[in-house]
Amino acid sequence: MKFFQNVFAVSAVLIFIASQAFAVLPDEVLKDPALEARARVISQDLRCLVCQNQSIDDSNAPLAKDLRVIVRERLSSGDTNEQVFGYVVSRYGNYVLLKPPLQTDTLLLWASPFIMLVIALSVAIVYLRRRPELEASDGIDPDEPTPTNDLKVD
Amino acid sequence: MNRFRLSNLLPVGIFVAIATTMAFGLQRDPKVIPSMLLDRPIPKFELPALSAKQPGINSAKFGPEGLVLVNVFASWCSSCRYEHPFLMNVAKDSRFKFVGMAWKDTPDHANEYLSTFGNPYSAIGVDESGRTGIDLGVSGVPETFVVDRGGRVRLRVPGPMTPEIWKAEIEPIILAAAKSP
Repeated sequence: MKFFQNVFAVSAVLIFIASQAFAVLPDEVLKDPALEARARVISQDLRCLVCQNQSIDDSNAPLAKDLRVIVRERLSSGDTNEQVFGYVVSRYGNYVLLKPPLQTDTLLLWASPFIMLVIALSVAIVYLRRRPELEASDGIDPDEPTPTNDLKVD
Repeated sequence: MNRFRLSNLLPVGIFVAIATTMAFGLQRDPKVIPSMLLDRPIPKFELPALSAKQPGINSAKFGPEGLVLVNVFASWCSSCRYEHPFLMNVAKDSRFKFVGMAWKDTPDHANEYLSTFGNPYSAIGVDESGRTGIDLGVSGVPETFVVDRGGRVRLRVPGPMTPEIWKAEIEPIILAAAKSP
């Protein structure tokens, strides 16, 4: 029984560690906790260009590490968050932003959920209006043949 | 009940619209990131020479030198080995200057790589930190940039150069540049 308890304890610790997993290495971390916190927020919104569905904060790719270091350098030299994003976007384009900006060519992208909602609501309204109204009745159709238990064999 | 109405075709219409959109979407490679440098001046950079035999590269000199092809490579990159035999052919072409940039690589490794597979470049700069590559928007090696006489980036080819890409995209730029001196 002791064995299973140990296995459980080790698993619990491993699961906890796994949930904390990110790729930032100790030598990259800034001494100023406020700057480091901003760096983490920024790098979670920047796409890694090598493994493109990860942020640079999650990715172990060498290029992601370079970009994390650049983000921290820019912050240390006094850049605002917007300036840091601007620095990376000027090199790699809006593609690196995991949250696409609201501008003319992304308007459709941002508006599409609302457009779909309007379409769905219109369809629902038209459908409900057209449906013949149910009459408040006792639920018995006078034309319906009366149910019978007689089984007649002709 | 079975009366035909035009609105019955609506689901078919929606299906066709979605299928067409998706068919177009499938033709596009989402991994190809458009270059921010296209038709813009190449950023200023100067990289030290890989060896004493050849000069390094200085982007400020690119315009006056005529058409320049910059090939970003690394000894650790397997696609670079794939394109290398073709680059050796490119090196024989004298209509442009062909320079190399060893990206995130050590001089020792890059030199060993070139002495093994051949050196197609007339000048090679070493970007050991990778910062110059990042300024150019390099997301992986190999990548090839075409810089015109005005020092502007005319084309970026991500991934290995092939005879097909060369014929379709690079050759027209070279021919156009030759016509307008």
